[in-house]
Amino acid sequence: MGDSDPASLLPLPPATFHILLAVAGEDRHGYAIIQDVAARTNGELKLSAGTLYRSIQRMLEQGLIVEPRERPLPELDDERRRYYRITPFGRAVAEAESHRMAQLVRMARHRGLAPGRA
Amino acid sequence: MWLCRLLLRLYPASFRAEYGEDMCAVFARRREQSSGPLEVLLIWSGAVFDTLRNAPAVHWDILRGDLAYAARTLRRAPGFAFTAIAVAALGIGATTAAFTLTDHVLLRPLPFRDAGRLVKVWQDMRGQGYSRNEVSPANYRDWKRAATSFESMGAYAGVSLDLAGSGEPERLEGASFTADVLPMLGASPAIGRLFTVADDREDASLTVLLSDGFWRRRFAADPGVIGRTLLFDGVPHRVIGVMPADFRFPSRTVQFWKPARFAAQDFEERDNTYLRVLAKLRPGVALESAQAEMSLVAAQIERKWPKENRQVGALVTTLRDEVTLRSRLALEALLAAAACVLLIGCTNLANLLMARAVSRRRELAVRAAIGAGRQRIVRQLLTESLVLSISGGVGGVALAAVSLPLLVRLVPNSLPVAEMPVMDLRVVAFAAVLTLATGLAFGVFPAFRACGRGVFTGLHEGPRSGGGRSRMRAALVVVEVAGCVILLVTAGLLLRAIRRVQSIDPGFRAQSVLALRTSLPVPKYNSTALRWQFYSKVLDEVRRLPGVTGAGYTSFIPLAPHGGIWPVTIPGVDTSGPGRGALGRFVTPGYLEAMGIPLRLGRGLAGSDDAQHPGVAVVSESFVRRYWPGENPIGRHIGFALADRTIIGVTADIRARGLERESEPQVYLSSRQIGDGNMIWYAPKDLVVRSASDPGALAAPVRRIIASADPELPVSDVQLLSDVVEGETAPRAVQLRVLGGFALIAFLLAGIGIHGLLSFAVGCRAQEIGVRMALGARRSSILAMVARDAARLTVAGIVFGAAIAYLAARSIQALLAGVDPADASTYLAAVGLCAAMTLFGAMSPALRAIAIDPVTVIRAE
Repeated sequence: MGDSDPASLLPLPPATFHILLAVAGEDRHGYAIIQDVAARTNGELKLSAGTLYRSIQRMLEQGLIVEPRERPLPELDDERRRYYRITPFGRAVAEAESHRMAQLVRMARHRGLAPGRA
Repeated sequence: MWLCRLLLRLYPASFRAEYGEDMCAVFARRREQSSGPLEVLLIWSGAVFDTLRNAPAVHWDILRGDLAYAARTLRRAPGFAFTAIAVAALGIGATTAAFTLTDHVLLRPLPFRDAGRLVKVWQDMRGQGYSRNEVSPANYRDWKRAATSFESMGAYAGVSLDLAGSGEPERLEGASFTADVLPMLGASPAIGRLFTVADDREDASLTVLLSDGFWRRRFAADPGVIGRTLLFDGVPHRVIGVMPADFRFPSRTVQFWKPARFAAQDFEERDNTYLRVLAKLRPGVALESAQAEMSLVAAQIERKWPKENRQVGALVTTLRDEVTLRSRLALEALLAAAACVLLIGCTNLANLLMARAVSRRRELAVRAAIGAGRQRIVRQLLTESLVLSISGGVGGVALAAVSLPLLVRLVPNSLPVAEMPVMDLRVVAFAAVLTLATGLAFGVFPAFRACGRGVFTGLHEGPRSGGGRSRMRAALVVVEVAGCVILLVTAGLLLRAIRRVQSIDPGFRAQSVLALRTSLPVPKYNSTALRWQFYSKVLDEVRRLPGVTGAGYTSFIPLAPHGGIWPVTIPGVDTSGPGRGALGRFVTPGYLEAMGIPLRLGRGLAGSDDAQHPGVAVVSESFVRRYWPGENPIGRHIGFALADRTIIGVTADIRARGLERESEPQVYLSSRQIGDGNMIWYAPKDLVVRSASDPGALAAPVRRIIASADPELPVSDVQLLSDVVEGETAPRAVQLRVLGGFALIAFLLAGIGIHGLLSFAVGCRAQEIGVRMALGARRSSILAMVARDAARLTVAGIVFGAAIAYLAARSIQALLAGVDPADASTYLAAVGLCAAMTLFGAMSPALRAIAIDPVTVIRAE
């Protein structure tokens, strides 16, 4: 399932990319992902439950994330929740996506359409 | 929370089971953090919006995944996929074609405005044996005046006229309409105008509307034809319009319409019945109340004209009633047979899928083990069968479109609709529903069976251990055999019926006779002497042609429904009562000989039987049997066709009104004894020529002879008499071919089904058989075991099928031409065929069973 070329999934839907960013540092459950995304985007992007879990289902199938067997430390664990962890493939896809976007920004800069040095 | 749970219902069950709790938790957290009713409202509407956006997307994600998976699986088993699609296509195609036809003839509203309110009104003359008789102008006029149930009432009649003048002379079939008819039908002309009441008046100049087909054929669709004058029967008619191509009333053969005109004397003879009456019910008036009113109206008229209108009632029927019981039955039988094929197809597919599901248990168990829920697997399997059925449905619609032209003979001519049904959205929608139903029918059962309790134990078992399900599959095979028996029996009975009809002796010798029509137009040929001159000239020359052994003219050749039933009066004999009329034909000398109708007694008609001599008649044997059984009728007098006639000869009887119909007794009258201008409709117009060689080769020289006798006279209806007789059985031949085709398909499918089942059963029991053989069971007893299985299923199917076949045959008895619906030989043949098929289907699995090597099988497990 997830053993294909990372480039084949690009461009990523924004929700997918944000979820990958949210779980890149640590395993998170659904609501934590929503909060993380909202915090990182200063509240501009509020993932709805439907969008979140639809994305999660697809990402699980694509092998971008997994549900880890081991749980977080007991004092941090909310037992009712399911946690998600980025896979190496997910990491590769996120990197490829960042690379793709960086290239786009470089091109835009070249034409004076984005701030920074051309 | 209830809102959250309600919204979750819109998501696929598997998704709900997986993430439902978490999604509700997210919703709950948001609620906790909100304050104030406005914010709560915002959260709620956000949740609704979110669900409406994402639920379909999740469904689509799953469907896409399932489709891709189904495509992969089916690609891995192309043989299975192809068979399944072909079987589904056959069933869906057959049913779609049958539905298209049935819909066209029986269901779809007729193509007229307010078609549901259009009715026909007939003279009900049951007393004389005719419940739907044409109407006399006087009765029509009186009905129209008196009846209040109708918004409008109009009359029409068939006419045929010779068109001469520009180009080849030709005979055209048309209709004359009173001014009410076209507006009642909601018709408007493609170009030009319709008739007005002014056109109906006796002194108005004659006008005509052309059919689209005739306009294109004869005038190359030239709009300049409007206003031109055409010579119909030598009389100028002004073209006032062209009707659109889809207007076909009263039938699809009509090529022109002219106003119906009544002269004062038309209203005098109440027994001159030739009009058909069309009426439109007032909105809200039921057919029954219109009928009640018309019965009263008819009774009043009868009281006023007790002699002329004795026992003349009025019958109101819907337009659709023109479809005869036989046409209706034929279509219903077709639909039932198609459904039977579809059912057998579905059964077969269910069987195939079930066998497949069993052999896929390991795969399904693996999927279940990695977390696919039961619903997820059912959904996956259903997607697979829907992929098969949809592919089959597409193929089936194509198949139906291709096969429709073969079925159009089942569309009755009497109905004012196109011959060729169109496959429009309505039909496609039917096919789509059928396709989905088919996919579910053959998919649901295997899917649920496959996902029964056993799925999760599938990993422990070998791929072959599916024995527990064999009872279900056996039941499916019984259904297949039964369906096959039903179709074979009905096709067999229809075959016997057509044989029986074909073997009916029409009473004349149809081989080697050419028939053609030259209608002599009036007023040109009003004079009997002038007509006789024409007949003599043509017949003399035709008889001189090489190979011609006889020729004669008659009013109408047999087997064509053209009326001419007159009452008989005999001094001192009561001749009244139902069905007491006789069929009269005016003929020239030589006609009976040319037709090969044998003379039993006396002499035939001669040229000397003219107006100067007393009226004469040649009657058929049944006429003699009816009035003077066992006596010599020669020299007796009868009153017939408005004159006194002396009987001079007796002929054998013929089937004058259809092969399958006992004819009224026949009376042949001399063509020279019609008064000038009288009974022009019955003046001889059909020429029959008997030849010692190929009669078809005579068409050209006979045409030349007619053209030299009258260059303006069109020749029409050139045909071999043998083709006319064959035409009598043409609709039966179509029914038989279609049903026979269905029976063949069913037969093959059932054969495949039995073969598949037994192969599978043998495969499943390989180990058991191996053990038995290792323990010393003989090959013959293994063979017997497999054969017993096959025989049990076949016998069950045959018993079940024969019982239903009998019921089916009883319901189509009207199509069986007197063949017994319980005809033993037909049932025996069908049963024999089915038994042979089972034997054949069981052969290779049985042989495979005894070829099993015990050592290999036992080691393999």
